Parts: sequence; C-alpha cells; structure tokens
Amino acid sequence: MTFPILTLIMLSPFVGAGVILLIPKDRHEAIKVVAAAFSAVSLALSFFVFAGFDTVRGGFQFVESTPWIPELGISYKVGVDGFSAPQLLLTGIVMFAAVLVSWGKNDRPREFFAFLLILVGGVFGAFMSLDLFLFLIFYEMVLFPVYVLVASWGSGRKEYAAMKLTIYLFLGSLVAIIGVLAVYFYAGNSFDFEVIQKFMAAKQGGFEFQRLWFLPVFIGFGVLASIWPLHNWSPDGYASAPTAVSMLHCGVLKATGAYAALRFGIQLMPEGAKYWLPFVVFLCLANVIYAGAVAFRQKDLKYIIGFASVAHLGLVLLGLCALNVYGLNGAGYELFAGGVMTGLMFALVGMIYERAHIRDVDKLDGLARVMPFAAVAFVIGSLTAMGMPGLPGFVAEMQIFMGLWQASQQVYPYLPNTVAWWYGAVAVAGVLTVVITAAWTLITGAKIFFSEPKTPELQKLPRLTALENVAIAFMCAVLIIAGVFPNSVMSVVSVGVQAILKTLGVAA
Amino acid sequence: MSNKVPLNPIELLAVLPEILLVIWALAILAFDLLSNRGVTRRSLGVLTAAGMFGALLSCIPAALAATNQPVLGGMIRFDLYAFVFRAIFLIAGALTALVSIDFRAARAGGEYYALLILATVGMGLMAASNDIMMLYLATETASISLYLLAGFMRETKLSAEAGIKYFVFGAVTSTIMLYGLSLVYGLSGATEYAAVGAALATVGDAKALLAFALLMVSVGFLFKTSTVPFQWWAPDVYQGAPTPVAGFISTASKAAGFAIMLRFLPYIFDPRTLAGAYVDSSGVWVAMMVPLAILTMLVGNLMAIVQTNVKRMLAYSSIAQAGYILVGVSAYAAALQQNSPSANEALAAVIFYLATYTLTNIGAFAVTGIVSQRIGGDEIKDFAGLSRRSPYLALAMVAMMLSLLGAPPLVGFAGKFLLFRSAINIAIAYGNTVFVWLVVLGVVMVLVSVFYYLRVVLAMYTQRAQNDAVPLKVSAPVAWAIGLCTAGVIVTLVGIFPFWQIALDAAKSLFLAGGA
Repeated sequence: MTFPILTLIMLSPFVGAGVILLIPKDRHEAIKVVAAAFSAVSLALSFFVFAGFDTVRGGFQFVESTPWIPELGISYKVGVDGFSAPQLLLTGIVMFAAVLVSWGKNDRPREFFAFLLILVGGVFGAFMSLDLFLFLIFYEMVLFPVYVLVASWGSGRKEYAAMKLTIYLFLGSLVAIIGVLAVYFYAGNSFDFEVIQKFMAAKQGGFEFQRLWFLPVFIGFGVLASIWPLHNWSPDGYASAPTAVSMLHCGVLKATGAYAALRFGIQLMPEGAKYWLPFVVFLCLANVIYAGAVAFRQKDLKYIIGFASVAHLGLVLLGLCALNVYGLNGAGYELFAGGVMTGLMFALVGMIYERAHIRDVDKLDGLARVMPFAAVAFVIGSLTAMGMPGLPGFVAEMQIFMGLWQASQQVYPYLPNTVAWWYGAVAVAGVLTVVITAAWTLITGAKIFFSEPKTPELQKLPRLTALENVAIAFMCAVLIIAGVFPNSVMSVVSVGVQAILKTLGVAA
Repeated sequence: MSNKVPLNPIELLAVLPEILLVIWALAILAFDLLSNRGVTRRSLGVLTAAGMFGALLSCIPAALAATNQPVLGGMIRFDLYAFVFRAIFLIAGALTALVSIDFRAARAGGEYYALLILATVGMGLMAASNDIMMLYLATETASISLYLLAGFMRETKLSAEAGIKYFVFGAVTSTIMLYGLSLVYGLSGATEYAAVGAALATVGDAKALLAFALLMVSVGFLFKTSTVPFQWWAPDVYQGAPTPVAGFISTASKAAGFAIMLRFLPYIFDPRTLAGAYVDSSGVWVAMMVPLAILTMLVGNLMAIVQTNVKRMLAYSSIAQAGYILVGVSAYAAALQQNSPSANEALAAVIFYLATYTLTNIGAFAVTGIVSQRIGGDEIKDFAGLSRRSPYLALAMVAMMLSLLGAPPLVGFAGKFLLFRSAINIAIAYGNTVFVWLVVLGVVMVLVSVFYYLRVVLAMYTQRAQNDAVPLKVSAPVAWAIGLCTAGVIVTLVGIFPFWQIALDAAKSLFLAGGA
C-alpha cells in the first residue's frame, strides 16, 4: 500500500492544531469548524482503515516503514492489526463527538481545540506505532496536553486534579519506559515490534528475563488503564476535566494504556504473562469491586461515571488476564464498546453539569422533561455497561466472563499445580459486581431523569443544542449498530486475537 | 616535528571562530566606549549574540575543511570534534548574551559581553587543544573570564562571594593540574599529546609517578566538570553569580571540561592511538571513572532533593547530570580498553548529551533569572503562580524540567537513552556486570530526580501567589532566547537523527588519520 493513510490519520489532528493556532483568536466559529473538519478527516480515514481491513489476510496491514535512526534500531513504522484497527475507529468517533460537544466552548477556544487535537494526534500515533520508540514518543506526547486542558479549562479542584493525574501517569510511564528499554537491549538494540516479537519467540530460555520485566511494563502501562490500586487519579481527574477531555481520556486514552499493556507486555513477553497474570487478575478484580463499592456511596454524578470508567477498564484488564480466545476477544470488544459508552456518559453528564451547575445526584430530578433525548441516551449507556443483550456490552462482557471461567481449566505452566482454579471465583465475583454496579448507574439515571420534577429551576434549563443532539445520536447509533451487528467489529478483533494467541502458544 | 614547517594559511581555518570572536570582542568594547551608553546597553547583547552566531556560521566551512591533523605547530588539532564542541559553546554563548540583556548585572556594559566572548574563545581552544601547553592556556583563558563574570554584580555580597570562591577553588585546582602537567612533561619530554602518549608508553618503572601525575591532571578536569569530589564550588557559585552566567558556567564550561578530558585521556590510555602505547590493560581509567560516576550521581541527586533555592537545585542537578555523563565516559573508557568499535558510539552519546543538556539548562537558568528579576527571589516559592503570571514562561520551564529529567518526547530522553545504551552495550558485549549496575543506579537516580524537578512544576501550577494576576513582562530578545531553547528541547527529538550523525562523525574524527 503506497498511500500513507495511517500517517494521514495521525497527522490530520496535528495539522488541524497548527491551522487553528493561525486563526485570529476571536473567530470562534472558524476555529470550531476547522477542528471539526480535521476530526472528520481522521474519522473518515480511520473508518476506511477499519472497513478496508482484510480479515482473511490478518497480520499487520496498511504498514508504512521508513528507517529513522538505523544505527539505534529506530524506525518510523506504523500499521494496524485486528486489535488496533477498531481502536483507531473508536478514537475517531469519540474525538468527533467530543469536538461537537465542545461547540459551546467560548473560553479561549483556540488554545482549547489546539491542545485537544494534539492530544488526539498522539493517541492515533500510539495506536498505530509498530516501533516502540515511536510509541513512547506518542504516548508521552499525550500526557502534557491533558494536564493543560484539565488545569486551564476544568472545574472544581482542577489544578490539584490535573497535577495528580499527570504525576500518576508520568511515573507509571517512567516505569514502563524502563521496561521497554530493557526489552530493547535484550532484543539486540531493536525497537521494531515485529523484530522483537520474532526474537522473543525464537529465544529459548528467555523466561528469566520475561519474569523480571513483564510486570514493570504491564503495570506501568496499566496505570493509564487505571489498574487498582493506581487508579486514584482517574475519578478526580475526570470530575475536574472539561467534558471533551473526560470523554477522550476515559474513552480513548485509557484504552491506550490497556492496549500497550497487551501489545508490549503480553505479546512481547508471553511467558512473563503466563507467570504473572494469574496473580494480576486480583488487581483487575479489585478494580471492578472497588469501583462498584465506591459508586454506591457516591452522590457526585461525575464521580459515579468516573468510577464506572474504572470498572470498564477493570473488565478489559480481566479479559486480558484470561489469556484465551474469549477473554481477549472480549477485551478488544469492550475497549471499543466501553470506550464509546463512557464517552457518551461523560458527554451527558457534562451537558447536565454545564446547564445546571449541580453534580449532586440528590438535587437533580425530572430532567427527562428538559432533555428527553439525553435521558434515552443515558439509559442506552447504562444498559451497555450492564451487558444488556442487543447492546455491545453484552457481547463483550459475556466473552470476558466466559474467558475467565474457561481460564480456570487452562494450563498455567508456572503455577505449582499448573491450574489457576481461582479464575472461576473471579468470574462469578466479577459478573455480579459489574451487573449490580451498572444497575446502580441505571437507577441513578432513573432518579435524575425520570423522577417527579421537584425543583422548578431545573425545568427552566436550556434545551440541548442541535449539535449536542447530533453528537449523542451519533454515539448511540454506534452503540446500537455494534450491539445488533457485533460481527462488524468482532470479526476484525478476532483476527487480531488469533495472532496474539499464536504467540502465546494457546490453542484458539 | 611540525615546528619547522612554515605556517600554512589554511591552518588558520582551524581557529577561524576564535579569530573572529577576538576581533568581535574588541569591537564590542570599542562600540561601548564610542557610543552613547544609554542607547547601546540593549544593543550590546544583541550584537554579542550576532557575533557568536557569525562565528557559528564560520564553523561550517572551517569544519568541512578539517584535515584531522595537528596544525599551528601541533598546538591545535583540526577536526570535527573541536568544531562540534565550538558549536555547543557558541550557541550557549549567544543564548546567554540574549538572556543577559534583561539582567541587571549586564547593564555594566561592554566589558561583560567582551568577557563572555573571551570565555567562549578559551573554551573553543580547550576543545581543540592538542598540546599540554595549549590545554593549560586555553583553560585559564576561559576560567579567568568566568571568575570575573561570576563576581560581576559587585554590589551584592553573594555575587562577590561567588566570584572569590570560584576563583580560589579554580586557582587551586588549576595549580594542581599544572603541577601534574609538568610531571607529565618531565616523564615524557614532550608537550604534544601524541608525542606524550608515545613517550609515556615506555616509562617503565616510573608508572607510579605517572599515575600520580595523571591523578593531578584529572583534578583540573573534575573541577571543570563539577564531578565529585570537586563539586563543592558549584552550588555557591551558581547561586551568587548573575543567573545567565551561572547558566553559562553550568553548561558550556562543563562541556569544555569534558572536551579536554575526552581528548587528553585517550592518548594515555587508548590502544588505538599508537601501537605499543601505555595500553590500558588494567582498566585504570575505567576503574577511576566508574566510582566517580556513582558518587557524582548520588551526591548530585540526593543533595538536590533538599534544596529550596532553584539555582542551588539546578546546581546540584547539574552535578547529577555530570554523573550521568560520566556513565557514558566510563562506557567510552571500557570500550577503548577492549578496543571495541562501540567506543565511537559512547563518545557520540556523550557529545549528544552535552549538546542537549546545554540547550536545556541555559533555558532553565534563563527562566529562573527572569523570575528572580521580576519577583525578587529565586526560591522555589517564588515560582508560585508563574503559570498565571506568564503561561508561556511556565510552559517553557516545564519543558526544561522534564527534559532534564529525561522524559520523552523531549530531547533529554534521547540523551539519557543514548548514554545508558552505550553502557548497556558494554555490559552485553563483555559481560561486564558493573555497567548493568551503573545503569540501574542511573535509572533509580532519574526516578529520584522526579521529586525535585516536579517540585518546581508543582509550585508554578498548583500554588498561588498574592499578585499572580499581574502578567510578567519579558523583553523580546530574552523571549527569543527562551523560545529557541524550548523549541530546541521539544523539536530536536524529531530531528535527532542528523544530530546523532554529527556527534558520531565528531567522535570518529578524534582519531581519524592518526597523529602527525
């Protein structure tokens, strides 16, 4: 393929940011139109990549590779497999919706949209990088815009939240970088993902190395996926972040963390994964249970959704820990579906908060009369989280828990009895908490939307704008399509998972 | 040998930047005397920077003509290595001149800028010197100018203290170095590096004396690079000296120290230099550098944590940075000991690191200088609310801190990666586990340094000051200088390839074509 489509997807936001910075700062409309246009370009191209992905051929496609610093084993190499192609599409969807939702932003919109686009460009880059050096650059490139966006345009304790978020993610990334560099040296000074993977596969007796370095890489990237007990930045950060940033961060950026933990942790060090993941699974379960427990006590709407996103990533990580076809398929699908779902939920909460300036659940009631469309979308989102059949959450969660159940009969060569019997218990505990938690979100939604309107002021809130409705409808449509036709995404994901399973040496 | 050869005009190209700079220094002094003082003060800084930039441009044709031979009676070696270091010094000097424009001390006028230029001349000659006489003369030219600059704010006690302290420490270490050099001359009967190396190869029984002499010479190097145990002067001098000068001392002067060290020591220890020379089979050089690297990293990082003054923190951070660089130097020494081709890569990593560190640290000192001028102090608490006072200045400082820390995608990451890579490659190639532990310590120290670098960032962004709604004014040349540093720190990583290539070529040029 000679047309550099992936590079264009990644460059489009960066170019957009540059163009926006050239526009005079008081021309708000022009700035937003440019932001939407460049997002739309990325969205269209990422859809093209997703639709054009050859599920028969598999492997890495749309690959572009140019030597960059050959002496150091660094190259510009991008490509997507079945696992990352849907994530590109997810990024495009959430980004486009986030720009639409932010249309009302009139506080320094030029800088806001420029940073937002840089952030998204970094995420695109991270999902498509097949060179670890390139990946690290994109990965870190994302952290700083988030800080500025939260600290400058956030609400509440925004500076505190922004700094907490940045420090957590930064330290996590340092640990991960050290691990990645160890892999680089071990593999004979190469950053090329495929080269390293071949090296690891061919290397007999690499177990010692993998056992040592798997955990730093997995947990280091796992911080961005808010793995318990390093999740603490996430609810605080999302409660303070502007709506678009919450959407992107929990829908897409966290997915980058989980994706990196899979790609550079599990795929590069499969033996290390088999050694550690039967234990790491408890951390991921803790994510789900802890997030659920906290969500029950929360009265703050933004925190409730924030913890819901911790639970969502907990599910993804549980799927990864299963290390089998169901678990990984489920994780890949959950990343996509959950990403859109949390993006949608944050968009709704943001719309409510920006109008009412109330986040306390007890003080909100009868909102369905003011924003009926948002009420419907909130129900769709909660049902997705709950795993209602017909919505994509069902397909994802079903597979994750099947995978976990199956994992209890799987062979883990490094465990004393080569059996991890506790996976079954994890599956049961996980499924109960997830459903109950999601039900709680649904009940909360019922309370704020469908209760008797007691507060007259709330009934006078402005209606949703046309663009906000478009954004919500767009994300709901994606959820429904992905739920009714799960194979549209699943067929692509499973191709990627097949290849991953091959490196794991697990029968599909 | 070459003493008898008549001067070839081409050889003057080897010192072209220095010739231009000396003329320019005199021109600056004349301009200052002949014109209306009030008008000239601002323009002097810009003129100085322009002169440095001109000298930088002159490096390009001169470097292309480089012969890799000793020239000018064997005093100077005409090679890319010297020109790459000159480029580092000149960029540092030009940025320092721009930053100085806003600074009270620099209002003294032309002599400040003339001294700055002369210090740069001395450093350029240090990097190029190929003879122990030249080595000493160049070092003193640079040092004496810097002593004066450090004590330039005569009206403040701290600056006077800095000047005196720097001078006293500098004079003592330079005397020790001179004594060592005279012993080297006594043992070898030669002053040109290659001849010294050849003669020392046959000293036989006097090896103990030679070791003693080299130890004394090294004192001079260690002082210049602020390596433990000769780092004591750094915090006091940086704190007291005019801030732009502190930035200059912490970067260009340190780089110059490494430049002379890396050119001189291989002649004694390098098996490639001359057949049958004092081959470092016992690994003396490695054995000296590894503990120094460990100590310097530990002292710099651990002491930096407890500092409350940003300039002192930056001083200890610059000691820590010297420690990281010494990891690369150790790898270089070990590669030479094994006669391994990876020596070039290790040396290139050191050069690359020095270049990027220079850019970063000058930027950090520039921001600190502005804060101390406008807010009236350079404690960490004086940085509170800087993100409100001047978002761009705060952003620049964040870039500098993160780059010093070594976080991607900033250029400091590439630098640390290259340094540690050279050490790891030695460990892998020769099964030398010492280097693995060296890198482990280095990485741990990087994690430790997160504390003190982020303290400044936290102060700027999370703390409030009383009057932080008032925007902070930055004059255009200073803004340009800081902008250039920031752009360099952010963008160079994308352009890392050409920089790395040049550093690699410079490393190779050190021994290409051999001695005269």
